[in-house]
Amino acid sequence: MSNPLVDMQKPDVIFCIGTNMTECHPVAATGLKKAIARGAKLIVADPRRIGLAEMSHLYLPLRVGSDTALLLGMAHVIAREGLINEEFIENRTSGFDEFFEHISQWTPEWAESISGVPAKDIETAAMWYGSSDKAAIYYTLGITEHICGVENVQSLCNLALMTGNVGREGTGINPMRGQNNIQGAGDSGALPNNYPGFQSVTDPKHQEKFKAAYGKEIDLEKGITKVTALELCGDSIHAMLIDGENTLLSDPDREHCEHALRSLKHLVVIDIFLTETAELADVVLPATAWGETDGVCTNTERRVQRMRAAVPPPGEAKPDWWIICQIAKRLGFRGFDYDTPKPIFNELCHLSPIYAGLDWERIEKSEYQWPVPHKAHPGTPRLHEDTFVNGKGIFSNVHYRDPAETISDDFPVWLTTGRRLQSYHTRTQTGRAQGIDYLLPEESLEVNPADLEKWELADGEWCKMSSARGSITIKVKATNRSPRGTVFASFSFADVPVNLLTGSGYDPVTHTAELKVCPVKLEPL
Amino acid sequence: MPEKMEIDGVEVTFSEGETVLEVAQRHQKDIPTLCYDPRLEPFGGCRLCIVELEGARNPVASCTTKAASGMVVRTSTDTIEAYRKTLLEMVIGENREVDVHPLRGYASGELMSLRDKYEIEDTGITGAKSGTSKTDDNPFILRDYDLCISCYRCVRVCAEQEGDHAINVMNRGFHTQITTEFDGLLKDSACTFCGQCIQTCPTGALADKKALRSVDEVTDASLNKTRTICPYCGVGCSVDVLTNNEKIVGIHPAMDGPANQGALCVKGQFAYDFVQHPDRLKTPLIREEDGELHEATWEDALDKAAEGFRKVHAEHGRHSIYGIASGRAPSEAAYLMQKFIRVGFGTNYIDNCSRA
Repeated sequence: MSNPLVDMQKPDVIFCIGTNMTECHPVAATGLKKAIARGAKLIVADPRRIGLAEMSHLYLPLRVGSDTALLLGMAHVIAREGLINEEFIENRTSGFDEFFEHISQWTPEWAESISGVPAKDIETAAMWYGSSDKAAIYYTLGITEHICGVENVQSLCNLALMTGNVGREGTGINPMRGQNNIQGAGDSGALPNNYPGFQSVTDPKHQEKFKAAYGKEIDLEKGITKVTALELCGDSIHAMLIDGENTLLSDPDREHCEHALRSLKHLVVIDIFLTETAELADVVLPATAWGETDGVCTNTERRVQRMRAAVPPPGEAKPDWWIICQIAKRLGFRGFDYDTPKPIFNELCHLSPIYAGLDWERIEKSEYQWPVPHKAHPGTPRLHEDTFVNGKGIFSNVHYRDPAETISDDFPVWLTTGRRLQSYHTRTQTGRAQGIDYLLPEESLEVNPADLEKWELADGEWCKMSSARGSITIKVKATNRSPRGTVFASFSFADVPVNLLTGSGYDPVTHTAELKVCPVKLEPL
Repeated sequence: MPEKMEIDGVEVTFSEGETVLEVAQRHQKDIPTLCYDPRLEPFGGCRLCIVELEGARNPVASCTTKAASGMVVRTSTDTIEAYRKTLLEMVIGENREVDVHPLRGYASGELMSLRDKYEIEDTGITGAKSGTSKTDDNPFILRDYDLCISCYRCVRVCAEQEGDHAINVMNRGFHTQITTEFDGLLKDSACTFCGQCIQTCPTGALADKKALRSVDEVTDASLNKTRTICPYCGVGCSVDVLTNNEKIVGIHPAMDGPANQGALCVKGQFAYDFVQHPDRLKTPLIREEDGELHEATWEDALDKAAEGFRKVHAEHGRHSIYGIASGRAPSEAAYLMQKFIRVGFGTNYIDNCSRA
């Protein structure tokens, strides 16, 4: 997030797109509700009539995968109506003239023809966002889990740049991260393109730095993403070390994924349960869980915080860092002699400019939002206040693209997937928490009541849902949360493995899977 | 220039918008409250926070009175303390039970503490008791309205902090009762089971049913708290894990948590028992010749883990090995995963689970 969570109470206009915040980030949503109570206007763009849509002042029910079109239409209106921030554009951005020309063709009427959102509502959204002094954008995987995830994000950046809604209180471009330390995993360099602290692996300066620090020649080019690695399993990838991820259930196209992992010669999984993924491993190593592990995590607003052990682990479970060190030492790797997490975190801080001012002791006493460039620095709640990291904010002349697969006679229904309030990801945790079943005992497919008859379905009955990759059985639930022609299910329940169906394509740059769009057909059982 | 007022004979400064209670609390004045939660709008219901304000005929509720320049306030005169004691006796007198277990909720001991502070043993008030407990089969929130004192903190936290408006008040006066729309079950209301009502309740009338499963094992003295961060989404809410003899018995939201300011959701509040679930892996497992996973020693498992990487490396080269780091483990794990791949094999064949 460019802005801190407390800023959620401050905007005059809030634009939420592709985020089911009241279910997936409920505590963040409390800040947003306070802003609304204070008088802020809420615009929600989402294919489904989610809880946020119910509380919005303007709801834009777009077709799944049409975000870029909608956002281009909004940019067109903002430019046409003269709602641009000329001073900001002049001082802080580059490429606006070309962008201005580029968006002149993408009228709201055109955007309506793609997204299904009435042109007049696109105009209203643009007018509200563009004429507000403090407008903030919030988004989640509904923006990124598309083959055009990069264009979607760039389209949001365009809106913020042309109106100067960045670098100030109550503004910004704010992606909400989904896991307690997914930000920290990236910060720590567990990425094929970046060393710790987002230092590019292709930059000679960083290559020299890590060669010296690690005493090892490391490839000068980027590594491959997990998606590519899974595709190459059995071909050129033959061994994997997976820490705490139930790849099999959480990744798209389960059959492909299972085949990939089974074709490895050596799979080592570190986890707290014998997950579906761990069941395929040659060696399973038991890790300490949350509540048993001391360490550091980073939240969605870049706040670096301490996690603490409260109880001892069961049996012989060990911290992840200890396990990795033991394997490394057996292989003769240098630099894995740690007895506690403290020197590991301090080494990460030492090598990462964004963490340079942090160390284990400082985190013990307080929390800082990175970048924290030196020890006397108070942290950076708000990014891009005076300047962008790369100098100027660059406009992107994006084009709309259809999803990888679109509905057809064979697969006439849009399936979109996501999460629910009461369950988390593949339920390895919430599925083992007593009482949760009372609130959400099973998965069901949300279908608009008016669609039941056409597809010969009945509320509460089972149906067969198929995509080009497979089929599953799922119970039907009639609800107006789903629009006509679009259905929804979460991927949380192992007995309703929705990711057998998904996996039609990936964003070519980020390799994020298009989990939000999957044409399916529905048949009664 | 900051504005000035006088509290108990001492000149103090305040900023615009502060209430007398907030200014007094900043200056370590111990003013009793029951309906006050610093996260909520002032309510002025319990009247315990009354203070003497020079020039005012009657005592004023300090929580609803804005500080003003030149104000002269006395927070603890004999008269004020006598009023407070009488008010407390009236609240306690109609309540069925004041002694409650700390597992009921974060603030559940507030009425009990005030009773002890004001040394109230026998209120001398006899007669009808208020409240009627509500049977609700949900596994998380106990609705023990026999203990309710109608401070409305639960109603207000649900509306103001959560924005859910799931609970409200029915009836008036002695028959006031907290309930849901149509007086039904929480499950059928707008309730999201975030647990905020049980954590703000000053008497334990709304209580943590899940934590109370351990009521027989836990005493005040044996209950420990550990500050950490919630294990679920990326918001990073601060929580206090409640433990008793090495067992997790409940969660309190951290009222000073920078990301959550006391708020939690159903997962962070109630879905903690996966940690000590019998399904947890307790020993390493190795796949043996029969094709099945079998329990093994750490020595054997680590040897086999290392040996597999060594063999694949020798046979297929360094670009045949890949690492996937966790978005759930602490950063030290992710850092060492990338170091393992980069130092060990000299490649950038490392990723985390953020792409799907």
